[in-house]
Amino acid sequence: MDFRSSDTITGPRSEDVLPTTATAAVKVVIVGGFGVGKTTMVGSVSEIRPLTTEETMTQAGVGVDDNFGVESKTATTVAMDFGRISISEELILYLFGTPGQERFWFLWNGLFEGALGAVVLIDTRRLEVSFDVIGRLEERGVPFVVAINTFPDAPKHPVEALRSALDLPEEVPMIDCDARLRGSSRDVLMTLMRYLHSLSLPLA
Amino acid sequence: MNSPRRERRKADPALSDPERLYVITGDPDGSERAHLDLVTMIVAQAQPTPTVQPEQAVILRLCQAPLSVAEISAYLGLPFSVVTSLLTELLAAELIESRAPIVRATLPDRSLLEAVMHGLQKL
Repeated sequence: MDFRSSDTITGPRSEDVLPTTATAAVKVVIVGGFGVGKTTMVGSVSEIRPLTTEETMTQAGVGVDDNFGVESKTATTVAMDFGRISISEELILYLFGTPGQERFWFLWNGLFEGALGAVVLIDTRRLEVSFDVIGRLEERGVPFVVAINTFPDAPKHPVEALRSALDLPEEVPMIDCDARLRGSSRDVLMTLMRYLHSLSLPLA
Repeated sequence: MNSPRRERRKADPALSDPERLYVITGDPDGSERAHLDLVTMIVAQAQPTPTVQPEQAVILRLCQAPLSVAEISAYLGLPFSVVTSLLTELLAAELIESRAPIVRATLPDRSLLEAVMHGLQKL
C-alpha cells in the first residue's frame, strides 16, 4: 500500500478544524452526469476546499462496464469530492458529489442510506444522462430535488417541459441554479430542506 | 421539446429497506467491521501508543478535534474501506470514539431540518 510518510500529512488547516462540540453530522448527496457541475456546486458552498475520498473497485466491477474497466486490471479507483458546512457548533452538513452511474454507488457503503436527501443536478443539453439517476433514487425512496445548472449555451426550456420530459411528479421541486455561485447553490440546498420539511408534515 | 422522455419508477421495498441494504453492502468475507458511515465523526481518546500502526498514529493525531471518516480518508489518501478497518481496530482498543451520523428516518426530523435551514441562511 502506498502510504505517505506521516510527517507529510498535515490534516485540516487550523481554520478548518472543527470545534470539539461538533457531535452530529448529516449528509446530502449531489448526483449528476459527468461534467454537470457537481464538484463546482460542492466547492461553491463548502467552507473547506473540497476534499476527495476514494474507493477501490475490485473484481465486482470488472466486466460491468467496457469503458471503465481495463481487462487486465483487477482494481480501479473511483473518487468522490465532498465539502462541508458547519450548521452550528454541534451540527455539520456534508455534501458529497457522486457520479450518476449507479455502478459506482455500491462502493460507498451506505452513501444514500441515511442521507437527508439528494440534489439531482442536470444539464438541459444532456437531459437523458439523468434518467437513470432519478429512477434509482425513486426506487430507493430517497427524496430529491432537481437543480437545472444554467450553462450559458444551454437551451432554455420551460420548467414544465422539463418536468414532463423527466416525468417528475408535481411535488418534486425543480429550480434553476448557477452552481458556480454560493448563493445559488445555497438556494438549491434550501429548496431541498423545505421539500423535506414539507414531506415531514402530515398530509392535509 | 423533442427530447427523450423518462418513465417514472416506483419505490422498490427491497431497495429502500435499510436492513436489506446492509445485507447487500455487508462484508462478503464476514469479518467484523464497525458500521462506519462516511460522516461518522471520529474523536481521539488517547495519544498514539507504541503498538498502533503509523497510519493509526496519524489518525489519532488528526482526530484531536472531531473529523469525519470521509475527511480522514481524504487527508490520509487512503480508500474508505481501508480507513474503516483501521478505525475498527482503534475503536476496539478504545483509542477513539465514534459519533454516529443523524440518519433520515421514515419521517425526517422537522427540528433537524429547521436547524439546517437556519444554518444555511447564515451562509
